Amino acid sequence: MARPVATPPPVAEPTIPRELLGGEAAPAASPAAAARPPGEPRGIGYLYLLPAFVVFGLFVLFPLGHSFWLSLFNWDGLTPGTWVGFDNYVDVVSDPALRNAFVHSAVLIVFYSVLPVCIGLMLAGIVARTRVRGLTFFRTVLFLPQVMALVVVAIMWRMIYDPASGTINEVLRTIGLGSLAQDWLGDFSIALPAVGLVGTWVMYGLAMVLFMAGVQKIPRSLYDAARVDGAGPVREFFAVTLPALRGEIGVATTLTMIAALRNFDLIYNTTKGGPGDATSVPAYQVYDRAFQTGQVGSAAAIGLSLAIVIFLLTIGVNKLADRAATT
Amino acid sequence: MIARREQAMATVILGLFSLIALLPIVGIVLTALQEGDSLETFGTFHGFNFGNFADAWRDGNFDQYLRSSAIVAVVVVTAASVFSILAGYAFATMRFRGNQALFYLLLLGLMVPLEAMIVPLYYDFRDLNLLDTYWALILPQVGTSVAFGTFWMRAYFRTVPKSLTEAARIDGASSLFTLWRVILPLARPAVLTMMVLIFMWTWNEFLLALVMVSDEGLRTAPLGLSFFQGRNRDDLTLLAAGAVIVALPIVLVYAFLQRHFIRGMVTGAVKG
Repeated sequence: MARPVATPPPVAEPTIPRELLGGEAAPAASPAAAARPPGEPRGIGYLYLLPAFVVFGLFVLFPLGHSFWLSLFNWDGLTPGTWVGFDNYVDVVSDPALRNAFVHSAVLIVFYSVLPVCIGLMLAGIVARTRVRGLTFFRTVLFLPQVMALVVVAIMWRMIYDPASGTINEVLRTIGLGSLAQDWLGDFSIALPAVGLVGTWVMYGLAMVLFMAGVQKIPRSLYDAARVDGAGPVREFFAVTLPALRGEIGVATTLTMIAALRNFDLIYNTTKGGPGDATSVPAYQVYDRAFQTGQVGSAAAIGLSLAIVIFLLTIGVNKLADRAATT
Repeated sequence: MIARREQAMATVILGLFSLIALLPIVGIVLTALQEGDSLETFGTFHGFNFGNFADAWRDGNFDQYLRSSAIVAVVVVTAASVFSILAGYAFATMRFRGNQALFYLLLLGLMVPLEAMIVPLYYDFRDLNLLDTYWALILPQVGTSVAFGTFWMRAYFRTVPKSLTEAARIDGASSLFTLWRVILPLARPAVLTMMVLIFMWTWNEFLLALVMVSDEGLRTAPLGLSFFQGRNRDDLTLLAAGAVIVALPIVLVYAFLQRHFIRGMVTGAVKG
């Protein structure tokens, strides 16, 4: 039960596909294994793959290709479409509304990713120097927001942010700061950070749990050595804790960044992209254009652009984490 | 002395952040337990009143929503798990042409978000007359779950000592028998972790349900809750009760299997 989480029994290597990212291929099977095992025809491997690849091909690969095809047309979903080539992709960069959606995502990454990782690291630095009782309990609670449907989270926070009866405004009025009370999700300049903070609330537990587990794997001797050398808590953090956690930082950054970019549920159930376009994000634009305003080709292009951004950022973060590992 | 103080400080800070994580959740539960005269504010305590749950259950069709969610989740988890175990076993223990290429293809699928597929999925299912069916919710989720599941099971099966499978083969066991009777019993924790993650993702899926289903009777719990919110924007207690009803099943599973949730997610599990 109290086993450190990130040293699971031989269950898993990190799911973020290292072979794909780092470029270093999984070790090819050793020459000894190359000799065909007796008794089994090698074709049987395909039989085992068949069910998985049928559903994967039909419901992931084919839609992906179809999505690219659709993205080359202007199509309203009903009447025949017109070929526009890559114009829809040009729009992603040049159309201010779409560019803003991606900029909003970048802002949300600060709240979903940077903030939680910083909070998690701060905690890791403190926990590293001591043993805390009841870690299992804390871990269970910190992780709870991760588990719940984002619709539930959205409803919860709409109530907290509510201008009339919400907790935040109530508290502000009680302590005499009623002038600061406002419509958190309805204000053009505050709505985006307000939604972002909900993301911080959902994500920081994940970062904390990851880093606490990572810290427990650091050999005590490293800390003892640092102390013998007269390192204070800050030096110790930068010299020992931070370098040892780079793998966990990579995983946490990747997971939270993907969550920030694929932010549909929360936006749809809190602000629907509003007020105006203030909280519009690519995922919401995909939905809105494909199913509300009849711009199917554009929606497909946005979806694929989003996939490419996620892909590149995932590779980038993991490359950085790997490079940090070798220097 | 210093060690003592540091321990106390670590506990206080951990406790503080745990409290922040917990407060909104406690708040919505307390709100759901208030009396429904719509004068309440979020998170205040006025005793225990279960009437809102009964009202939400009756007015909100949550029995239907939960049933839809359960049907979809059970089918997706079962099918995706079986397919993933078979494919992961082949990738980990067998050699065949294209092994690597096929595996990379799967990895690619692991990183593609649903947002990049949802548009054609809708129009393809429309052309097949499968919109507004459970199939429209089940099939795409089996597809995305299988990418994750195969990767997960392959990673586990690669850790099983080769001597085990070789011994079985020398005894004349077929590959399927070896998987079923020799390897799978060992893999139970890994399989359970995979199933728990796929269950959570399926149970919480929102965008797919929103796009594929307009029939009230097929709505899953998160989608039903979203519509319930649209109808009851001003009824705080009723809405809170609905939210608790939808969150409860997954929180219960989490309470019993939290080790698996955490173990799975801290390894960086993602799903398209």
